[in-house]
Amino acid sequence: MQEIFGVPAPLLFGQLLIGLINGSFYALLSLGLAVIFGVLNIINFAHGALYMMGAFVAWLLLNYLGIGYWPGLILAPLIVGAVGIVIERAMLSHLYDLDHLYGLLLTFGLALIIEGTFINFYGVSGQPYAPPEILNGGYNLGFMFLPKYRAWVIVASLAVCLGTWLLIERTRLGAYLRAAVERPDLVRAFGINVPLMMTLTYGFAVGLAGFAGILAAPVYTVSPIMGQNLIIVVFAIVVIGGLGSILGSIVTGLGIGLIEGLTRTFYPEASSTVVFVIMAIVLILRPNGLFGRPRE
Amino acid sequence: MTDTAMKPATGLRGRRFVTPVLALLGIALLIAAPFFGIYPVFLMKLLCFALFACAFNLMLGFVGLLSFGHAAFFGMAAYVTGHAVKAWELNTVLGIGAGTAVAGVMGLVFGAIAIRQKGVYFAMITLALAQMVYFFCLQVPFTHGEDGIQGIPRGTVFGLFDLRDTLTMYYFVAAVFLVGIFVIYRTVHSPFGQALKGIRENEARMISLGYPVALLKVLAFTMSAALTGLAGSTKAIVFQTATLTDVNWHMSGEVVLMTLIGGMGTIFGPVVGAGVIIALQNYLATIGSWVTVVMGTIFVICVLTFRRGIVGEILARWPKKG
Repeated sequence: MQEIFGVPAPLLFGQLLIGLINGSFYALLSLGLAVIFGVLNIINFAHGALYMMGAFVAWLLLNYLGIGYWPGLILAPLIVGAVGIVIERAMLSHLYDLDHLYGLLLTFGLALIIEGTFINFYGVSGQPYAPPEILNGGYNLGFMFLPKYRAWVIVASLAVCLGTWLLIERTRLGAYLRAAVERPDLVRAFGINVPLMMTLTYGFAVGLAGFAGILAAPVYTVSPIMGQNLIIVVFAIVVIGGLGSILGSIVTGLGIGLIEGLTRTFYPEASSTVVFVIMAIVLILRPNGLFGRPRE
Repeated sequence: MTDTAMKPATGLRGRRFVTPVLALLGIALLIAAPFFGIYPVFLMKLLCFALFACAFNLMLGFVGLLSFGHAAFFGMAAYVTGHAVKAWELNTVLGIGAGTAVAGVMGLVFGAIAIRQKGVYFAMITLALAQMVYFFCLQVPFTHGEDGIQGIPRGTVFGLFDLRDTLTMYYFVAAVFLVGIFVIYRTVHSPFGQALKGIRENEARMISLGYPVALLKVLAFTMSAALTGLAGSTKAIVFQTATLTDVNWHMSGEVVLMTLIGGMGTIFGPVVGAGVIIALQNYLATIGSWVTVVMGTIFVICVLTFRRGIVGEILARWPKKG
């Protein structure tokens, strides 16, 4: 069998694939966090819980209403996004004039409420969620076996990430949004409804988390605690990438996923801590993150 | 920073006589408490968490930095003390000292890494570093993974007092608590503490006045971590266990909640907050995992409507003397 650095090639590529899958979810989630922070100046601690909610909505749709994966792929993000809009209108919008920490604390409380509620109804053990029939099976690439569903996850999340980037960087709506980040008062003076834009931004970014959730449902099991530890890794990724750049958060997310995959192959004991070690090193060398701009 | 930054309640001038009276009342209450029929183990738990919250508040309330990783110091100190007392058969006091020292060193390292950041970044970084400690504790052999360290002997205070006796244990914990609170009180009212408050109010001005701001912050963080370690170590002796629960980020969140509900930036707010939360947890133990939902709800309500906390609210209404 072919070996690379003393590791069988299929094992290495297998771990890299898992790393790429995890990286896709990191990218989707850190992208959402970066967008929310950019526009609302809030770190959304509930992002992991809403990601979990996306997976659960898909599972509930399938098991109680018989709605399958493909409609779920549209419905789950919409439902989670709607929940996000309610959260923003009812709570977050009252905190914009206060220290940013209050937003973090409020969303932490929300994460506890959402996760606690789901744990009470469904326990901490996972629920299986089968991938759609058309994505069963896989491709034999010669050096490794690539399950179709995993290929789809990577393609879909990359497409959504790039779409979001284009939306923000290359469209008129995105230009308004970027302007509102810099000078919300001036943008309002031009007659643009900034509060509405903030609400929709939060709904959209949270919808991205819901989308990541349903994508993840067939890969991992659907469990109320699936977002708990993930959100902290995503926080570390956001610190590594710096919150200034959307493309930066996508690249960092994928990169960290791959590095975790490599670590799992060569030194498995460190695979869950490597991201935090990288974060510490980046903070010492580049305090504003790899892609971040200096902050005031 | 917006100008409506996290400002704790100020005020309370002309309380020269109030403080010693309150302090004596508090000590009397501590001594008398077990005779009022309150379960001593509950009181000890309360005191440990109250000290934990006060140590945490040293950072949040007086330097203005929110650490979301204090569970790392609390839990690690508990593990170190448990291991030192059980496996190395160290005296209990030395074991607690070891836990406190390790937590202090960790605080120094965390502080050195995170201190250049402020606000939400500081919170995220401390949370991530603490998660690293959590995974470390999950994997290294001396913590016994999911089982934790069980059956830690309570031992004696250098052979003088036998801590297996619940009442003796209680007075030992009360003494540790008082020492911790006294250290915090003295720190806050020292020139060092004043400099910290200056950093909280206007960091740029403190830098221009020539204060070594980064160093002061790291020192404060180290102290806060060491005192948190003291609380964690003492808890490990009281309950004779050290488990992953103590290092988990839920614990970090709990101490934030205690401080928030009691009143950040006040000396005794966190004590009150710890009392409320611990009592609530005890009272709600029967509803099982709904406790998490209740905690989350309190968090949300506090942030939306009750940001000064219980003690902060009282202080804000206290009649001010000119």
